[in-house]
Amino acid sequence: MSHHKIEARGLKYAYPDGHEAVKDISFVIHHGEAVGVIGANGAGKSTLLMLLMGVLFPDAGDVLVGDVLVTKKSLAMIRKSLGMVFQDPNDQLFMTTVYDDVAFGPRNYKLDEEEVDRRVKEALELVGIAHLADRAPFKLSGGEKRAASIATVLSMQPDLLILDEPTAALDPKSRRRIMKLLKGFSHTKIITSHDLDMVYELCDRIIVLKNGVVVADGKTSAILTDAQLLEACGLELPLAMQGCPVCEGKQEARHK
Amino acid sequence: MIKALNNIRLLDDLARGETYLHRIHPLVKLLTTFVFLVSIISFDRFEIINLLPFLVYPMYIVFFAELPIRPILKRMLMVAPFVLSIGILNPIFDRNGWLTFFSIVLKSLLTVSAGILLIATTGMERLSGALRILKVPKTFVLQLLLTYRYISVLIEEVGRMQRAYALRAPGQKGIQRSAWGSFAGQLVLRTFERAQRIYESMYLRGFEGEYHTGKTAQIMLQDVLYLICWSAYFLILRAYNVPYLIGNLLMGVIK
Repeated sequence: MSHHKIEARGLKYAYPDGHEAVKDISFVIHHGEAVGVIGANGAGKSTLLMLLMGVLFPDAGDVLVGDVLVTKKSLAMIRKSLGMVFQDPNDQLFMTTVYDDVAFGPRNYKLDEEEVDRRVKEALELVGIAHLADRAPFKLSGGEKRAASIATVLSMQPDLLILDEPTAALDPKSRRRIMKLLKGFSHTKIITSHDLDMVYELCDRIIVLKNGVVVADGKTSAILTDAQLLEACGLELPLAMQGCPVCEGKQEARHK
Repeated sequence: MIKALNNIRLLDDLARGETYLHRIHPLVKLLTTFVFLVSIISFDRFEIINLLPFLVYPMYIVFFAELPIRPILKRMLMVAPFVLSIGILNPIFDRNGWLTFFSIVLKSLLTVSAGILLIATTGMERLSGALRILKVPKTFVLQLLLTYRYISVLIEEVGRMQRAYALRAPGQKGIQRSAWGSFAGQLVLRTFERAQRIYESMYLRGFEGEYHTGKTAQIMLQDVLYLICWSAYFLILRAYNVPYLIGNLLMGVIK
């Protein structure tokens, strides 16, 4: 049984106020894949992530992690293999030191303190903030906070990483660092973002959502170059795919 | 507003100090503080002189835990309005009014400083670990811890909203009464949402209601000695009129 596969079958979810956020979503993500989930605001990305993590339960349809159905009973087991990084690192860092925050997960799984220590150090080392272990999370910069929140999940040694807007609100250098970091991970990854250039670099597959439905699912090179499709979903081509305004201007001038 | 936030978090920073007082077992510090508080509270309301030797304890901690005095004093001042409002009428209605008033002030000074110093040398997390050792139900301990953590989140949120308000309401002092209702309502909703997200992030990392704070140190001989010495000091001060005895002794020497 592999825990590295995640499957959604005909997911449907409506919020208590009646808003149907997810109408029909199905896909299979295999071991080692890096998948970008993109879509305009309100397309259902966040709700989908909550459904995958078992924070919400679908009104219809199933989520399978490995070959195990996500139910209230299997949750504890499944969550060990899924690690979710929240959009706002402040939501994920609630202890007084970075060390304690990274140790929070392993301690909840009742690992002995030596193993916890080993994992925390390893996770901090991996994201490059070992020197910040004893600092208070609220005193870190945005990039450091992001790295810390990724470490809090890595310390649980998940097979599958789910990242909600990992590059949101980061300066270009921090963004680049985080991207490099994520690229280095061999985990199966699900990344939601509006940063299409980041998705273009990190993911080999893209799922496009619109109004709670999957409208496209395929290779990054095919989807992120399809201007028409992206336009229709409230998105646009990654900047890297768009013509350079400076060069284009020159070309036009030359043609004249 | 943001300043208030830093103020709250200062105690956390102080608690990360490395002096031997910081390393004393949290349970021992909690119990010592408890004995201290009980001894002080049990004094009669006309007592002032007998309370004075108790000042040694907070001074000792401030000095040996290398705590900055100013911010600690500032925090103690925060309760001053309450203390004054309780005691202020004593001089008017009571025959020994000033005496009882100063007694109240001194007592509150001592008790509040003991509480602040306990947190400043122990930190909320280790303190709640100590409470768990004492078998305080985990619901209460968790409540305490999370309230302590969420206060800063709440203040941050208020700060942001206030800034947003002020920027669009030039020349206004504070927040207009007509906006109070929606301001408070908005704040509650935001806080709920934030709390929900924080809970989810805890839950996803296997949180099941028990807050694990890592290894709690063993109680060592020096911890026990610390507890015994201070408790003995407090109890002797409580049982005998020590300032009076010392005064007598000095007078005897002079004679």
